Amino acid sequence: MTERLNGPQDPPATIAGGSVPGPADTPRKQRRLGPSPTVAIVFLLPAAVLLGIWVVYPIVYSIFRSLFDATGSGFVGLGNYLTIFTDGSMLTTIRNNLIWVVVAPIVVTTLGLIFAVLTERIKWATAFKLIVFMPMAVSLMAAGVIFRLVYDEDPDKGVANAILTTVHDTFSSSQGYPEARPREGDQSQVAAQSGAVVTKQPVQAGQPVLVPIVGIKPEIMPGSAAPAKAAPPGNDLSGTVWFDFTAGGGGKNGAIDGSEKGLPGMTVEAVKDGQVAGTATTAEDGTFRFDGLPAGAYVVRLPQSNFQAAYHGLTWLGPTLITPAIIGAFVWVWAGFAMVLIAAGLAAIPRDALEAARIDGATEWQVFRRITVPLLSPVLLVVFVTMIINTLKVFDLVFIIAPPSVQPQSNVIALEMWRVSFGGGNNQGLGSALAIFLLILVLPFMIMNIRRFRRDES
Amino acid sequence: MRTARAAAILAGLAVAVAACGNAPTTTQPTASSSASAGAGDKTLQGVKLEVAAKWTGQEQKNFESVLKAFSDKTGAQVTYASTGEDTGAYLGPRIQGGNPPDVAILPQPGLVQQYSKQNALKPLTDAVVQEIDTNYTPYWKELGSADGKPYGVLIKAAHKSLIWYREQAFQDAGVQPPTNWDELVKASQTIADSGTPPFSFCGASGWTLTDLFENVYLSTAGPENYDKLAKHEIPWTDASVTTALEKIAQIVGKKEFVLDGNSGALQTDFPTCVTKVYGQKKAAMVIEADFVATQAVQDGAKVGEDAKYIPFPKAGDTAPVVLGGDVAVAMKDSPGAMALLQFLASKEGGEIWAKLPGYLSPNKNVSPDNYPDPLTKALGQTIISAGDAVRYDMSDLAPSAFGGTDGKGEWKVLQDFLRDPADIKGAQTKLEDEAKKAWK
Repeated sequence: MTERLNGPQDPPATIAGGSVPGPADTPRKQRRLGPSPTVAIVFLLPAAVLLGIWVVYPIVYSIFRSLFDATGSGFVGLGNYLTIFTDGSMLTTIRNNLIWVVVAPIVVTTLGLIFAVLTERIKWATAFKLIVFMPMAVSLMAAGVIFRLVYDEDPDKGVANAILTTVHDTFSSSQGYPEARPREGDQSQVAAQSGAVVTKQPVQAGQPVLVPIVGIKPEIMPGSAAPAKAAPPGNDLSGTVWFDFTAGGGGKNGAIDGSEKGLPGMTVEAVKDGQVAGTATTAEDGTFRFDGLPAGAYVVRLPQSNFQAAYHGLTWLGPTLITPAIIGAFVWVWAGFAMVLIAAGLAAIPRDALEAARIDGATEWQVFRRITVPLLSPVLLVVFVTMIINTLKVFDLVFIIAPPSVQPQSNVIALEMWRVSFGGGNNQGLGSALAIFLLILVLPFMIMNIRRFRRDES
Repeated sequence: MRTARAAAILAGLAVAVAACGNAPTTTQPTASSSASAGAGDKTLQGVKLEVAAKWTGQEQKNFESVLKAFSDKTGAQVTYASTGEDTGAYLGPRIQGGNPPDVAILPQPGLVQQYSKQNALKPLTDAVVQEIDTNYTPYWKELGSADGKPYGVLIKAAHKSLIWYREQAFQDAGVQPPTNWDELVKASQTIADSGTPPFSFCGASGWTLTDLFENVYLSTAGPENYDKLAKHEIPWTDASVTTALEKIAQIVGKKEFVLDGNSGALQTDFPTCVTKVYGQKKAAMVIEADFVATQAVQDGAKVGEDAKYIPFPKAGDTAPVVLGGDVAVAMKDSPGAMALLQFLASKEGGEIWAKLPGYLSPNKNVSPDNYPDPLTKALGQTIISAGDAVRYDMSDLAPSAFGGTDGKGEWKVLQDFLRDPADIKGAQTKLEDEAKKAWK
């Protein structure tokens, strides 16, 4: 885990030193003052040997291994590489990596810049920086476990959905009988229609309408509900809405049995030619009556608002949102790191340039856009490239956060590499091919970073 | 001074290494218990053994108490390491690295074949084979063998043809335990009408879906087709598979049947789905094996009173009996490993385990009287007396890339099917594609 910080791209010291002019006594080219080449080689040898064993040999062996099949004995040439670009699930992982590379570094760098510029201005800058930087102290694995919980679909467990449902319920609370449905069938007078419950045939006044409803969870049954009654005969359009289920079974479907309860508070509409002609609300025993409705045939409708399902938030860990959700966790971890680097660069910007611009009458926005950002651009680039490398090799967050059922949809190259090599198939040929593919992707950014360091140092 | 420091550093490294794996726990023979087992000959005093298995939670605790009995008897010090759900992914790198655990408990006989091909397994010694011959039927012995050579001991059996239900939910809805598939669908409708979603699916754990499929398939297509499909001798696009998936769609295709909806079910793993039935009392049924009992008890349900099961209802002509099991194998040549396998295969070891909940022994000499409740007793009886009609879990016989890997093969396709049960044809095509890749 620490290797993430100390990798070859590790910039903090260099950057701080980079913007500050280096000590004058490091001439670029020296005449032979130092020891003889033999001594130099002796001193270089330990590092060279270690690099050879730990870096060069594994890379060479991986290239070699990637040309063979799962058992390691059959030569397949570039077959494994072909698989990478033809297999559907592999293409998904490449697509996901692309999304990661495009989105994550930009978001992290931008957030880091915003935090860094803002902390310059506030009093408790150190405390703020400390808090934003703190996720860096958590291993990615632990961060994954945390975010697995954050994104839990159950609002009682997952903070993300808890916030969403709280905000949502403040504006529109669910009411009535969520997820209830009419009892359908040939004998039933009613049917479900795009969320609402309507009578199949228009009904006349004088013949009470029976609206049997089922699927009501015990916890949403109102305490005030009284045993259902048939609507008393009269000249008005009337009827009963009730929970057509006898606890313990035995009731007759579609008929009001002794112990079945009415559903109070249900909104009922009488509809004629698509127009709502009258509205009524059910009583405690489930009966309703439209007073003073002109005679005629009406469709009786229980509008959808009665059955509005409670808002449960988003399915963060479903196939559609999983990659953005994991990127969110990544940003949480790395934004602090970006902020610290950028803040260090910010501190090194010559104050007088900013002052001069302000005196010349530049607005703060202009100062930020025309002076701060251009002067910071070397640091921003380093952060950006570092983040690209980090996103290319992202593994742990995806492994931990995505539930097994959406792992294929959230898969990334590094994870797929491990899966095909060691999980199940044990195909280390294909795994090596993926490793080399990943290396080729990372290489340009590595070279870019190294070039930068060289230029900064010189 | 210096050695002390080196030792401290080594200890620190050991801790770090341990922290990378799934924190192993060590069962140490305590002084008092070893004294009480004084009769045992402590032939393995000072021997250290590592056992890797997938069990966690209560199942792990139960297994550890069996290991403790072994430690008390022999004096060996046994460390338990949990492999997590994906045993192949845990053992693969350790085998490659030349540092496998002494004994591994494989959840699939398919892995015995796979590892024996890689020469990662040690053949059983004659003493262990003898123990197996006295305690097991040839059918079980064969499951632990590769190319006719015995490598493994089947130490734990699982009865996978069960549907667990919550008695109160059935009473509230006034339904009787169904005896065939149509009754099950009808009862589910009634339970849904009563306001309780009938099923809690463990969609995040792919193997629970394969178990469901296997039961329905064995029932509708019959044992011969089951054997053929298990070996991929008939394609997954076969009409018999269509029938089975259509039956499954009858219970997963209605949103009021599935607790938390299909996408919620896909995020529910095992054993959370059991807790949703018995702990949170949100649903009426969960379709899984006998080991549901372990979790149900933890959730405060009494097996036999609140938590009951029915045999998996007949969806076709055959009453399905699908079994699963865990195979213990030795991965290192050590006397301790063989002694442990022998202990696990013995009547003595089996009976210690049988007294704990959630365990079924394939050992014919472990008397069912040892089981803690009458329900398990009945199950144990059926496993021992089960004849030729039983079938072993199909996905566990398949190559593990198809039948035993998270996010791949049959697990993944059935999860996609649970997400969209209308697309039977698409699911079959994908299953066939994955099978072709795995069996090539």
